[in-house]
Amino acid sequence: MGEWKIITGNRAAAEAAKLARVQVVAAYPITPQTTIVEYIAHMVESGELDAKYIRVESEHSAMAACIGAASVGARAFTATSSHGLLLMHEMLHWAVGARLPIVMAVVNRSLGPPWNIHSEHQDAISQRDTGWLISFASDPQEVLDSIIILYKVCETHGVYLPGFVSLDAFVLSHTSMPVDIPPQEDVDRFLPPYKPRHYLIDVENPKTYGNIAFPDRYMELRWSIQRGQELAAQKIKEYTREYAKAFGRDYQGLVEHYKTEDARHLLVTAGAMASEARIAVDKLRDEGVKAGLLKIRFYRPFPREDIEKVVEDIESITVIDRNISFGMGGAMATDLTAVLYDMGKSITLGRFIAGLGGRDVTFEHMAQMVKHTLKAHHSGEKLPPAVWFGLREW
Amino acid sequence: MMTVKKLSREELLLPGHAACPGCGAMIALRTMLKTLGRRTILVIPACCTSVIQALVPKTSIGVPVLNIAFAASGAAASGVVEALEKLRRKDINVVVWAGDGGTADIGIQALSGAAERKNNIIYICYDNEAYMNTGIQRSGATPYGAWTTTTPIKGKTEFKKDMPMIMAAHGIPYVATASAGFPLDFANKLLKASKLKGLKYIHLLAPCPTGWRYDSKLTVRLGRLAVWTWMWPLFEVEHGVFKLTLKPKPRPVKEFLEPQGRFRRMTPEEIELLQKWVDQRRELLLKMDGARLFPQA
Repeated sequence: MGEWKIITGNRAAAEAAKLARVQVVAAYPITPQTTIVEYIAHMVESGELDAKYIRVESEHSAMAACIGAASVGARAFTATSSHGLLLMHEMLHWAVGARLPIVMAVVNRSLGPPWNIHSEHQDAISQRDTGWLISFASDPQEVLDSIIILYKVCETHGVYLPGFVSLDAFVLSHTSMPVDIPPQEDVDRFLPPYKPRHYLIDVENPKTYGNIAFPDRYMELRWSIQRGQELAAQKIKEYTREYAKAFGRDYQGLVEHYKTEDARHLLVTAGAMASEARIAVDKLRDEGVKAGLLKIRFYRPFPREDIEKVVEDIESITVIDRNISFGMGGAMATDLTAVLYDMGKSITLGRFIAGLGGRDVTFEHMAQMVKHTLKAHHSGEKLPPAVWFGLREW
Repeated sequence: MMTVKKLSREELLLPGHAACPGCGAMIALRTMLKTLGRRTILVIPACCTSVIQALVPKTSIGVPVLNIAFAASGAAASGVVEALEKLRRKDINVVVWAGDGGTADIGIQALSGAAERKNNIIYICYDNEAYMNTGIQRSGATPYGAWTTTTPIKGKTEFKKDMPMIMAAHGIPYVATASAGFPLDFANKLLKASKLKGLKYIHLLAPCPTGWRYDSKLTVRLGRLAVWTWMWPLFEVEHGVFKLTLKPKPRPVKEFLEPQGRFRRMTPEEIELLQKWVDQRRELLLKMDGARLFPQA
């Protein structure tokens, strides 16, 4: 096996970029992402990583530079957070339309005003409709492994979409844990060099990319992106299995199950909260509640099939969203509700908004939320589409 | 030196593009492609050329083209050159072909960043002095007095942003102005630029019959009158040294203004003010001729 190191989530992201042998990195600082691009700068300047490092003047330019680099066939990487991701938004759409398998680390941070540098998933969720593969990691090890797997998924012929791995500000980005860093040769075997079978900007084979496609052509190109997402869902499952065989860590695919086999009451959440949620499940089980956890690893593609399978015998679901689609509710809860409706399932739903702006969400809070749902389940009370957990009185 | 005889006979701007008749930018694009040849990659942000290059799945440009978002061309080109270097693909010109809005306004940040990083790019701003593609709106490069659809009654009350000097202040190896009315001068400046490392900036005046409101047969004539009246002086700043590349006997700016509908609403006082500004600038440029303006790194 590899080498054990006690490192932060940000360090794990940088190590993953190195193991993936990224060829072009475009970087711009933003708290709490900054240490990722600092680590990579050090790797490049010391010769540890043979890559071009473009110190761009904004995140918009960071993604534009990645698009330029990937267009000629280089494996490109960047990292950002919060407002940086929002500034990048236009280019996120562009990377998808151009079908470029760029991979990025996103450190989830709240949005201003007011300024707040702590964890919230609003930045990532706001990229929902770009076509990027959107995933959430729950610990530094998963950050490292997810980036390597994601390159393989994104670079699959027929997928050719960009993707990002999210990690919660500070809770993951700046918190150290033991991480198993796999040997380079094993990663090389799993992730061969990027050799696109689709287009390239190439003077030997001149083609124009991104020029106007009017209504008679445009829609099919959009459909192919949707197809790419659907294929990505299969490939994520396939490659996480392959990764588990090669490296001994099984992330199960688009979702991770914890004690769901005999569960009746499901807790659904993502990111760092999903680590904590395992403790909540254990605590609830100690109290006699048949709880289980469904950890959403991928928000896009949305794990529709996995949800359909797991809810078969479920009586209540508690969803905790660290984000809010204002005027509606939590993003994951909303999508999950749509899946249940399609199934014709009537399950008691507790849909919670919690932990915004980095407010701590402990396993005890999570158990309280599950109990809130259970109470409604037993009384037949219908809960509103979004319950704000732990709001204080001003 | 580039001459008409030496200019390549190969056409890389192909028939079937959708430019307006008399488009100054297309004269320049054709010249540019003939000069730099097949081993050229174009990065094109939103501009007239992104619309007129033809519809998917066709193209009218015989070299690879990466179309990119409006504000992004400097950065996207940086990514292209760095990746080419990493992949060891050599002797390729990476050219940004951007309009004045995409250069002087929305794209200036990415351009400035690429210049400061010394990314090996030839950046060409083809300047038709307004957002022509969206229907003639004022840009930072629109000249004083010009009518546009967003300066519909008073005309533009500010003077043109001096992009070439802004770029020269970046300390880049080469900055030049050019005009679609002087294609060989443009070709020679391109050749010079292609031999230097770092970001090279060429700002080309591209008369636009549609936006400037003139008879399309006058494109070359106006491209020349702009230079002859000193509305658009031709110069270069090579490694920080300023040099006028043409010093014509000054003609009144009125000769440049009169054939164009966009200046028709200017009062005699406004024209006089513009003439004074042009005269003053000419004197300054003549004083600077041959002088080092910026230190050479």
